[in-house]
Amino acid sequence: MNDVLLDVRVVHKRYAGATVLRDIHLRLQRGERVSLLGPSGCGKSTLLRIAAGLERQFDGELQRASPDQASVAFVFQEPRLMPWLTVAQNIGFADGAACDRQRVDILIAEVGLDGFAEALPKRLSGGMAQRAAIARALYGRPALLLLDEPFSAVDAFTRMKLQDLLLDLAQRHHIALLLVTHDVDEALYLGDRVLVMENRPSRIRHSLGVDLSQPRDRRDPRLAALKAEALTALHEAHVI
Amino acid sequence: MSADSRAWPTGRRRAILQGAWRTLGPRLKGLVLPVTLLATLEVAARLGWVPAYQMPAPSEVLLTLGELADGPLWKHIGASLARVALGFAIGAGLALVFAVWVGLSREAERYLEPTFAALRAIPSLAWVPLLLLWLGIDERSKVVLIAIGAFFPVYLNGVAAIRGIDRKLVEVGHLYGFGALRLTRRILLPAALPGLFTGLRSGLALAWMFLVAAELIAATRGLGYLLSDGRETSRPDLVLAAIVVLALLGKLSDGLLAGLERRCLGWRDTLGEQQGEVRS
Repeated sequence: MNDVLLDVRVVHKRYAGATVLRDIHLRLQRGERVSLLGPSGCGKSTLLRIAAGLERQFDGELQRASPDQASVAFVFQEPRLMPWLTVAQNIGFADGAACDRQRVDILIAEVGLDGFAEALPKRLSGGMAQRAAIARALYGRPALLLLDEPFSAVDAFTRMKLQDLLLDLAQRHHIALLLVTHDVDEALYLGDRVLVMENRPSRIRHSLGVDLSQPRDRRDPRLAALKAEALTALHEAHVI
Repeated sequence: MSADSRAWPTGRRRAILQGAWRTLGPRLKGLVLPVTLLATLEVAARLGWVPAYQMPAPSEVLLTLGELADGPLWKHIGASLARVALGFAIGAGLALVFAVWVGLSREAERYLEPTFAALRAIPSLAWVPLLLLWLGIDERSKVVLIAIGAFFPVYLNGVAAIRGIDRKLVEVGHLYGFGALRLTRRILLPAALPGLFTGLRSGLALAWMFLVAAELIAATRGLGYLLSDGRETSRPDLVLAAIVVLALLGKLSDGLLAGLERRCLGWRDTLGEQQGEVRS
């Protein structure tokens, strides 16, 4: 049985006349968690958009285990909830009025938004809105979740809580994660593999295995050692 | 019982009065200017400072309004309302269709926008003679004029509203593989609704304006007819009565749209929404 969920090859991707990605081969197994670490504007979001099928103008190849759009879900940097819909309606957005209300209620409980089903997005804090966005992404039972700096707009404590929530949900529903971030700690805490990207034109400069079982302890000295390694890789990539 | 027990109810009465003033006070402030103005006019007219054939006393206007209400007023209101309703429905309806089309399709914009821009450059009242020539002086020319007046504000605001939709929300639709129809229904229309309402409300205001223009020129019924009738018979009280009715109708119809807007757009996270909550 083929356990490869996603296989992206980008020979070349130009954006506004400049090459943003070059010679990239990214492959994700079922249930695997991969972090893409790199500076802002290095093209890692573009790579994620290519993997999501949002970006089709590139020289290369995208293969997914299932051609079904619902097998891949996306969480953006901003929650991107529809402001005119309640939290429950946003979570079941894919199916509109015909959404599975029972599943929505389960997801609301899973992301810890009990009591907010009928609230409008304007009533939610940034962290709560992002919880709703995660629930919306999980609604279609995806096998792969793509996340584009999902926690960069929330405060540090909320970020840690959301990271744990994400890991918990990914484990429970056996979802693979591909996460773009510029936060070294986040990349190491969440990923089984951390891919360090260099500046434009971006390539994957370094692949760092994080051989620690989940759940991880943020204070684990092995994470600190890996962080040093990642920082060295970033330094070599002229990112810092 | 001491004197204290009598002081207590007075204190409470004062507190109640103060409370009433806090809630009513801000509303009453808006009445200060018009009431002063009307009282001054009344006195000035009664004392003969201004000639009655130019400026009748406000009470005279009220009396005229009462007389009209017993007689032909409702016929005039009915005629005007029917014209505005029909003209606005046609103009705004067409404008919405074109706005959605041009807003969503660059191709449609290339074909249609230059023509609309040219037509927009024509002051809409310049159509009047042509409409009279083509359609005669009956209802059709009036309704068409009102429709033309209502069309452009609705169209312009509609296109701007659709163009102004957050691209990030549209991308969510792309992610779900929405087709054009679902994307329009589920994301584009709700997201554009605030702008569409702005257009509808200014379109309605223009519809009333063009109604008066149409009825001033040629009509035997309607509030505009009442205006010109008052001028021809040198009865400023009639003119003022018609103006008051027009103002009331305009405010009422706008209030209806505003109420609908509040109901549909309660989700907006804006300063206006916030203030509305504080008020209610």
